[in-house]
Amino acid sequence: MQNSILTICYIIASVTFILGLKMLSHPATARRGNLIAAGGMLLAVLGTIFLYHDEAGNALHNYGWIFGGILIGAVVGVLAAKKVKMTAMPEMVSLFNGMGGACAMLISIVEFNHLMHAVPEKWTIYPPLSALGKSGAPFHIPIGELLIIVLGLIIGTISFTGSIIAWGKLNGRIKDFSFRGQHIFNILLLLIIVGLSVWLVCSSAEPVRFLLTVIFYSILLLSVVYGIFFVLPIGGADMPVVISLLNSFTGVAAACGGFLYNNKAMLTGGILVGAAGTLLTILMCKAMNRSLLNVLIGSFGGSAQSGTAATQGAYKEISISDAAVVMNYANKVFIVPGYGLAVAQAQHACHELEKILTDKGVDVKYAIHPVAGRMPGHMNVLLAEADVPYEQLLEMEQANEEFSTTDVVLVLGANDVVNPAAKTDPSSPIYGMPILDVQLAKTVIVNKRSMKPGYAGIENDLFFQPKTSMLFGDAKKVLQELIAEIKML
Amino acid sequence: MHEILSWISANQQIIYIVILMIFVGIEVIGHVPSVLHTPLMSGANAIHGVVIIGAIIVMGKAEPGNYPALILGFLAVILGTLNVVGGFVVTDRMLEMFKTKKKK
Repeated sequence: MQNSILTICYIIASVTFILGLKMLSHPATARRGNLIAAGGMLLAVLGTIFLYHDEAGNALHNYGWIFGGILIGAVVGVLAAKKVKMTAMPEMVSLFNGMGGACAMLISIVEFNHLMHAVPEKWTIYPPLSALGKSGAPFHIPIGELLIIVLGLIIGTISFTGSIIAWGKLNGRIKDFSFRGQHIFNILLLLIIVGLSVWLVCSSAEPVRFLLTVIFYSILLLSVVYGIFFVLPIGGADMPVVISLLNSFTGVAAACGGFLYNNKAMLTGGILVGAAGTLLTILMCKAMNRSLLNVLIGSFGGSAQSGTAATQGAYKEISISDAAVVMNYANKVFIVPGYGLAVAQAQHACHELEKILTDKGVDVKYAIHPVAGRMPGHMNVLLAEADVPYEQLLEMEQANEEFSTTDVVLVLGANDVVNPAAKTDPSSPIYGMPILDVQLAKTVIVNKRSMKPGYAGIENDLFFQPKTSMLFGDAKKVLQELIAEIKML
Repeated sequence: MHEILSWISANQQIIYIVILMIFVGIEVIGHVPSVLHTPLMSGANAIHGVVIIGAIIVMGKAEPGNYPALILGFLAVILGTLNVVGGFVVTDRMLEMFKTKKKK
């Protein structure tokens, strides 16, 4: 009876996950979708705690530990999620994703040890052919189960350490790092992990606890290392893709748990996210015109610095008051936001500038590049926080049609997404990536903190073109000064 | 070979679920506008927090004297809860901003 109720809980939860994801992909229903999925999750968790029985019919115990853990996790989770600044959202998502991966990793470790308890402890290198179980019958490790445990371990661990590295890179604690032959090193590492797993599963036919344990923990260790070296060389421009990929990894790791416990809610939720996350990853790769493989084995930026670093030419600066005049008397202004805007927390100042210009009769719109910032939609979220209306945000294709009739483009802390080298220079690492064609406008004003290259580590020709002027400084400060100037005009 | 075949037929239910869910996952987010990419990723991130069910089962099954299992399970429950709760709250915060903006 209780088990049937639990089954129903899981069915409902699975449906809410699908519905939630579906509703999340439409603006009008997104928030409700999130709440519905959360409700389903709550039901599944409560159902598991109170109604779960194992094959022998035993209920769960250790309630104190369970509720203690949930309480700690919930309090820390809510605090972290409420306190985090809008600009740090991508890091937060990456961190939470890593927690999920770590959870899957721990489950695999515990279940492996559980499996090993049943194995006779023989220290011989060559075990007797008929390793006997405690009951005296020939002992047999379920190979399918072992395989799933190892799979969950590898994927969960890579997702965990990879997400932590991605988190560190996004908030600037960890710098890009790569060495010669890193691709080969990574591939070798992966091959060794796969080889060890095969060895583990094969040697489970005649199990020796010591040997199996050593192999298992070697796999764990190597997966930790692989996760780190997998993300370390990848530049910031590719971080959204990596986080999305790791997100789908964790989904698959969760599904492994579902396999292990024959738990349909875990299975559906995990695979759902695994599939959706993979699709999202591919969509993002397409937006940058690169293949997934290229992102995975390529270290962005590292190879590029040599060829283009020397070409820095002459650029011209513009003063705040000149910039204010140019924008004030323009008919049509486009604002191109980038990561610099997010770092400076300048979204409110940006909206204010846009309102003042609109009041003065200037047609102001935003051009949003799909991968501007550190996550797809990062700019949309940021500008939404500042109450910028939907209609003023134009996606790349629409914006590109309008640039030729635009008087002034104000680039705020964006770099690679407006780099014409993506169209003109086949040797550039971002060649082929669709960009915002801001050079078609009559005037371009670029706000940056310095002339340093952007996250992809390459120079931007745009800055040296005659129609471009540079406006150096922190985006928020510059915008506030612009607003003050325009008010006085 | 024989073992693999029998394993497949023993787990055919699960294999069906996996295949169907792959298609559902792809179908469901196929037409998402880029505005919602970040919230969608965050929401999906919260949903794979279902691993917490596994963590609860691990924790609940651990024998009282088995400290390694208890400690690892306890950690797993904490991390899983962080994933679920943090994920849903962050997503809600993102979407909240979309909503207030629409009213105005």
